[in-house]
Amino acid sequence: MKQELKDKLQNKTTTINLGPQHPAAHGVLRLILEMDGEVVNKADPHIGLLHRGTEKLIEHKTYTQAVPYFDRLDYVSPMCQEHAFALAVEKLLDIEVPRRAKYIRVLFSELTRILNHAMNIGTQAVDLGATTPLLWLFEEREKIMEFYERVSGSRMHSNYFRPGGVAQDLPDGLLEDVAIFNDNFLKYLADVETLLNSNRIWKQRLVGIGVVSQKEAMDRGFSGPMLRGSGIAWDLRKSNPYEVYDEVEFDVPIGNGGDCYDRYLVRIGEMYQSVRIIQQCLEKMPKGPVKSQNSKIVPPKRADMKESMEAMIHHFKLYTEGYNVPAGQAYGVVEAPKGEFGVYLYADGTNKPYRCRIKAPGFAHLQALDFMSRGHLMADVISIISSLDIVFGEIDR
Amino acid sequence: MSIQKIIEKFASSNDFILTSNPVQEFIGYIVPANKIIDLLQFLKESEELRFTVITDLFASDFPEREKRFEVVYNLLSLKLNKRLILKVEISEEEKLASATAVYAGASWYEREAFDMFGIAFTGHSDMRRILTDYGFKGHPLRKDFPLTGHLQIKYDDKLEKVIYEPVLLEQEFRNFDFVSPWRGPGEYVLPGDEKASK
Repeated sequence: MKQELKDKLQNKTTTINLGPQHPAAHGVLRLILEMDGEVVNKADPHIGLLHRGTEKLIEHKTYTQAVPYFDRLDYVSPMCQEHAFALAVEKLLDIEVPRRAKYIRVLFSELTRILNHAMNIGTQAVDLGATTPLLWLFEEREKIMEFYERVSGSRMHSNYFRPGGVAQDLPDGLLEDVAIFNDNFLKYLADVETLLNSNRIWKQRLVGIGVVSQKEAMDRGFSGPMLRGSGIAWDLRKSNPYEVYDEVEFDVPIGNGGDCYDRYLVRIGEMYQSVRIIQQCLEKMPKGPVKSQNSKIVPPKRADMKESMEAMIHHFKLYTEGYNVPAGQAYGVVEAPKGEFGVYLYADGTNKPYRCRIKAPGFAHLQALDFMSRGHLMADVISIISSLDIVFGEIDR
Repeated sequence: MSIQKIIEKFASSNDFILTSNPVQEFIGYIVPANKIIDLLQFLKESEELRFTVITDLFASDFPEREKRFEVVYNLLSLKLNKRLILKVEISEEEKLASATAVYAGASWYEREAFDMFGIAFTGHSDMRRILTDYGFKGHPLRKDFPLTGHLQIKYDDKLEKVIYEPVLLEQEFRNFDFVSPWRGPGEYVLPGDEKASK
């Protein structure tokens, strides 16, 4: 007993509980930190506080009903996740998406990327003591959410990318407004950069913190900006172009040190590239249908239903029974703002997926928190959490 | 040499059989459960292949099969720009060796498979539940686990604390059978149809 007490006194580790209600935890992260004074010995994230059983729920829903669940995973980049599901279902159904729908998807994927990175950098700045970037960036986010609303009727949970195309065509005047937004956004981005890039406090808090080597980044299953921050030029939009990413020009920004500052710069760089892609989408936006013409999968237009009996029947069948997907497996994957977001589907020939596996990038990133924060100070844990760009909707699923 | 040939050569030189099982455009194999770690080690370290990234690891449940669970390893080679989907079939009683020795990133995925399906991984240093509640019983993604779960949680005014109680459904859970006799999967014989073919 005496010896035990002695050990305890000598080995002065304290255990600190951070969260699940902590503003810098970016959601419901409960973190058990084992501290040796100010230094972190071990970080043990307890997750699952937002677990809603999305994968199980989708097994009991038709393919049409499953789409809105994807908005509610990573709720700051909703459309990119619908995209992965739509790609997986389209692979199984073997249907072609019209070109206009592809361009709309790319356009909104990139708007979503700005939506996500603006959120991440804004909140990271708040975590580390700067308020202004958040105010500027959130104003821009609000404009993007307005575009979401105009196109889908909803600011966040859009349910817009559906298997076979997109829910409806762009409303009049939207493209012009996106063009105005796009030009103005560069100004805001430049302002944020002047505030942060060479800011002494910002650099003190980020440079050399949470360094991940290339080997470690791969070993831990990183993707997206976390992988590129370590200097690996890997982007699914370049390496496996889906939709029309092979028709637009853009660069892949990479870091070289693998620390929090590099990941911040990569995200800033990606926003500039998104602006470029949006610009090209606006110029090249073709005319034509926005949904596949296969009426056994894609619901008819409202106007057609007033005239055509056939359309009426299709509408009824598609919104009650849904469509049957041929048995098989498919992995649909996109470069979501946070990294590689994938949907692995087991279809059994019925109108519901047999199993729907959601591969969320944040899950692998948060896993590495322990490895990244060891030996750092308590305050650095906050920098690392915010540079991981985690959202609990997708981690807990 | 093609990727398939390199992998199959490794398998034959180590005396095990790989069954080709491609998933759409991706290369895939069914691997014997006792050989998976050797194969992962080889795939990661082979100079020609370099499957260095573990993208995903998950399980699926097929209760009617003899070996109930299917564990999927989704690997990525940045060098070749190729994905490889490996599958391992195991029964409820069997244990699977942990891939954490090869890929550090497999740790949480294995914890999740343990939590959701009850698949035990040997050699994993931290085999705790990950997504479900503290003290949760059962494995939610198994097909025999009900969608509604078993327990519900609420704040009790009288006791002034959060309590667990059995799930109470105001309306019976309805699971509609949509398999249409006209356009369902496989052969569906309507009563009386057998007479027509005679």
